[in-house]
Amino acid sequence: MKLIFEKSQPGRRGGDLPNYDLPPAKVPDALRRETAPRLPELAEPEIVRHFTELSTRNFGIDTGFYPLGSCTMKYNPRVNERLAMLPGFRDLHPYQEEDAIQGALELMWRLQEALIEVSGLHACSLQPAAGSQGELTGLMLMRAYFADRGEGETRDTIITADTAHGTNPASVTMAGYKLAKVETDARGNVDVAHLREMVDEHTAGLMLTNPSTLGLFDEHIEEIAGIFHQAGALLYYDGANLNAVCGISRPGDMGFDIVHINLHKTFSQPHGGGGPGGGPIVVRDKLEPFLPVPAVVKDGDRFTLDYDRPKSIGKVRGFTGPFGVFVRSYAYIRSYGPRLREMSEVAVLNANYLLARMREAYDLPYDRLAMHEFVLSARSLKREHGVSALDVAKRLMDYGFHPPTIYFPLVVPEALMIEPTETEAKETLDEFADAMLAIAREAEEDPELLYEAPHGRPVKRLDEVLAAKRAIVKYGFEDHPDLGATTQQPRQLEAQKGG
Amino acid sequence: MLAAIGVSSVEELFRDIPEGVRFGRELDIGPALSEQELSRHLEELAARNVDSSKELSFLGAGIYDHYVPAVVDTVLQRGELLTAYTPYQPEMSQGVLQAIFEYQTVICELTGMDVSNASGYDGTTVAADACYVAKHATGRTKVVVTQATNPQVRQVVKTYAPGFGLEVVEVPHSGGATDPGELREAATDAACVIFQQPNFFGVLEPAPDLAAAANEAGAIVVAHVDPISLGVLEAPGAYGCGIAIGEGQSAGNYQSFAGPHYGFLAAKHDFIRRMPGRIVGETLDAAGERGYVLTLQTREQHIRREKATSNITTNQTLLALGGLVHLSWLGPQGLREVGETCMSLAHYAKSRLAEAGFEPVFPEQTTFKEFAIRAGRNAQDAIRTTRERGVHPGYALGRDYEGLDDALLVAVTERRTPADIDRLVEALSAR
Amino acid sequence: MAANESYPDDLKYHKEHDWARIEGDEAVLGITWFAQDALGELVHYEPPNEGDTISRDAAYGEVESVKAVSDVVAPLSGEVLEVNAKVVDEPETVNEDPYGDGWLIRIRHGDPSEADALLDVAAYKQVVAES
Repeated sequence: MKLIFEKSQPGRRGGDLPNYDLPPAKVPDALRRETAPRLPELAEPEIVRHFTELSTRNFGIDTGFYPLGSCTMKYNPRVNERLAMLPGFRDLHPYQEEDAIQGALELMWRLQEALIEVSGLHACSLQPAAGSQGELTGLMLMRAYFADRGEGETRDTIITADTAHGTNPASVTMAGYKLAKVETDARGNVDVAHLREMVDEHTAGLMLTNPSTLGLFDEHIEEIAGIFHQAGALLYYDGANLNAVCGISRPGDMGFDIVHINLHKTFSQPHGGGGPGGGPIVVRDKLEPFLPVPAVVKDGDRFTLDYDRPKSIGKVRGFTGPFGVFVRSYAYIRSYGPRLREMSEVAVLNANYLLARMREAYDLPYDRLAMHEFVLSARSLKREHGVSALDVAKRLMDYGFHPPTIYFPLVVPEALMIEPTETEAKETLDEFADAMLAIAREAEEDPELLYEAPHGRPVKRLDEVLAAKRAIVKYGFEDHPDLGATTQQPRQLEAQKGG
Repeated sequence: MLAAIGVSSVEELFRDIPEGVRFGRELDIGPALSEQELSRHLEELAARNVDSSKELSFLGAGIYDHYVPAVVDTVLQRGELLTAYTPYQPEMSQGVLQAIFEYQTVICELTGMDVSNASGYDGTTVAADACYVAKHATGRTKVVVTQATNPQVRQVVKTYAPGFGLEVVEVPHSGGATDPGELREAATDAACVIFQQPNFFGVLEPAPDLAAAANEAGAIVVAHVDPISLGVLEAPGAYGCGIAIGEGQSAGNYQSFAGPHYGFLAAKHDFIRRMPGRIVGETLDAAGERGYVLTLQTREQHIRREKATSNITTNQTLLALGGLVHLSWLGPQGLREVGETCMSLAHYAKSRLAEAGFEPVFPEQTTFKEFAIRAGRNAQDAIRTTRERGVHPGYALGRDYEGLDDALLVAVTERRTPADIDRLVEALSAR
Repeated sequence: MAANESYPDDLKYHKEHDWARIEGDEAVLGITWFAQDALGELVHYEPPNEGDTISRDAAYGEVESVKAVSDVVAPLSGEVLEVNAKVVDEPETVNEDPYGDGWLIRIRHGDPSEADALLDVAAYKQVVAES
């Protein structure tokens, strides 16, 4: 398919602008643009066709089953799109006077209250733009909290699980903390004995997801919380897996002090191909003074933005957060009400059913009930037939499914992390399980089919090595390199060699 | 299904959760609302907001009421794009990947840079990102920001700085712009210098001189720019900047009470391995056909973990896509016209307001689509009385700057008309 | 094309999958077949500078494949005399010939006794077997 620049015709444009016949204002010579940027030049119908064609080369939840583990690819209700586009939300300026934004502030306050209820904690900031930013904000809160108590110098280390998302250690570094890693035991729980050895007066806190990225609920969570609290440290909950336990177990009750919630996971903000998201944080009352500023507060019948927060860490982004995301998540939560519990129950039921159907054909690293997701391994397929998790993923595409997450968590070699969500009907789960079983058979009988998959997508398997080496990251116009001419034979992607 | 799993109830699926952390009651969230009831509730909330369809507004200060063409909505509502995840499986995601590649190209064209990422969260966090890049590229621990840069950008940089181990130094403005000599002095031993063009006051800074001053000090030059201005203003890459950042909202996004929008970050080739965020690269498939993949992923958190160039994962792809569609619809000619129209309308507004006795705060300065005026009384009072006549006259600068309690920052986009401006003058003049 | 698995007898090995070929008071350093196999095809090599001092057991550079990045650990301390420019330009050389053309740096090593702490080929093969 051509790039939009390759479809440009000089002089074409999408539409005209009004002309007010005013004297032109002059840009000083030293500051004036010399060469026009080479933006696309297409008429509107061509623009629509281009992006429509692009969308047909893409697969979303609207297209089919999308079991990416830890991503919670649930259906995005369409009414939420309509509501986010109401002019009273869509065309509202953030610096409008307070009397003129009461509807927006009330929506935010009510969303905060709902997230507080789901988390089992006390105060909320909707500011962070995504889970990663929520993590960094949470770590900044820890810093501010300990500095306020005169313990800022001593408490310099954060402990993360070895099954953690890469965002956890990356956030730790950005927050200026040192990183320590605790191991996972044979049942998939945090190794409590190892943890006891690690926690001391230098520990600021723990970052943990529960259920973990293995899809397992940590059976010792109360003991773990006790260890940290006794040491005067804090617990941070990575909310990526909240879809498993809404209304069933609350992170605040598990002992966590700071929670981030991924609105684009649990609460259905559409992923948009990579964002936007929302990463609000909810905290125990002792951490409230440090939350980002402004706070959205209710004062009698009115809602107001409170900037008078002397202990606040400051601002982690502009204004009060991604409001359009709040509209959709708030609408989603209100459409469920207390039935959020059923949402989690069905998510967990679906995951366990799928696991039951597939476990004979793949390796199961941890033989326990799953929560909302589970991890299988293609290790035996690799050893016996040379078929990797990557090959399985690519072959699934031919069956009309988006592959699960692969090669994560790192503690499982040839990992396949599968999260069906509550959206899926039993028939879909059965079709997927049938496909996975068929692929396991193909691995034995006809592995070539897998090595060369996918066969039915707009492109064949793509060469990521070539991409990294050539680093062609924008269209070069007349100078655009011709990869087909300069490379002898596109290489097959090598499967990653385990954790 | 329960039989297949080997349990007798849904309840049993949760047996690994200890009793002590079980939630024993119903969630205290209002009852489940049907689609109709939900719509009614949200419509009622929306109706209580005074948006720009209800009140003629000259508010800017970082978020602007530009015209979003209908095609942007059309594209962003395509379900295959709207409901797709980050394109980790490229063969399933050529739509999103190619769109991001096109977006990266457009951003590089606008800013005169060699590499762009797929977006950052907004125009403030990309400034923090740029500081992180500069710190690792230079080993220095000081960053310099002009006071004429958006106050929220400065505040966010200061929030991130302690964790990064950075000291933040501000260069005061003089008469609404920044003096290159003062900047040069402050920039000694700095990892980077950040300035905004046009700056928060809408004033055109002596950007090439500021860049030269920072380069002399060995600091990386970071220009915070307005995408909609880059049809008439020179690209930062053409006058010595190493990194270009900004708030993308003016290109392709509704105001939406400030979010979600997108930040952009583009840099010279030297910085490619230090870039934060997703980058899409071109490649071939097994049949020799062109395709697109996420690339240089070893920079990122899922591989490099604690040594990653950033922790960013989910970014603002869909909103950046809106920017791509809008800029494609405008084309180079249209982008230039938007810039010229905003500037000439703003100039007209400035003259008419001056005639009516509202002097510009910085009369010597050339401004782009925004400018500061003296309201002749407390700006908050002026806002109140002007709004009683259905017009919002602009942002009260006294919130962020000393000695400007009587100053209003007036933004004029291509959505305003000369008649709107006449109305502003009238409403502001009445008491 | 990646090389076949091998571990030459005349090299000394470090448990982090690095090798050293000692040549008088100089040494040539690189990564083993096991390391390049675990990473997959290399796409980038970040070397130290000539003249830098490196320390035993510490990282002196990085190698990257598409999916992973790995520190390269120094088996011996010393001063960097030469960086293999071929690997900088064509990192996949390491996969093709990890002990020959795929060498990473040449050093003047500081302390000859450090070699005693390194593994011989049999001991290193044991490390590989247990990985």
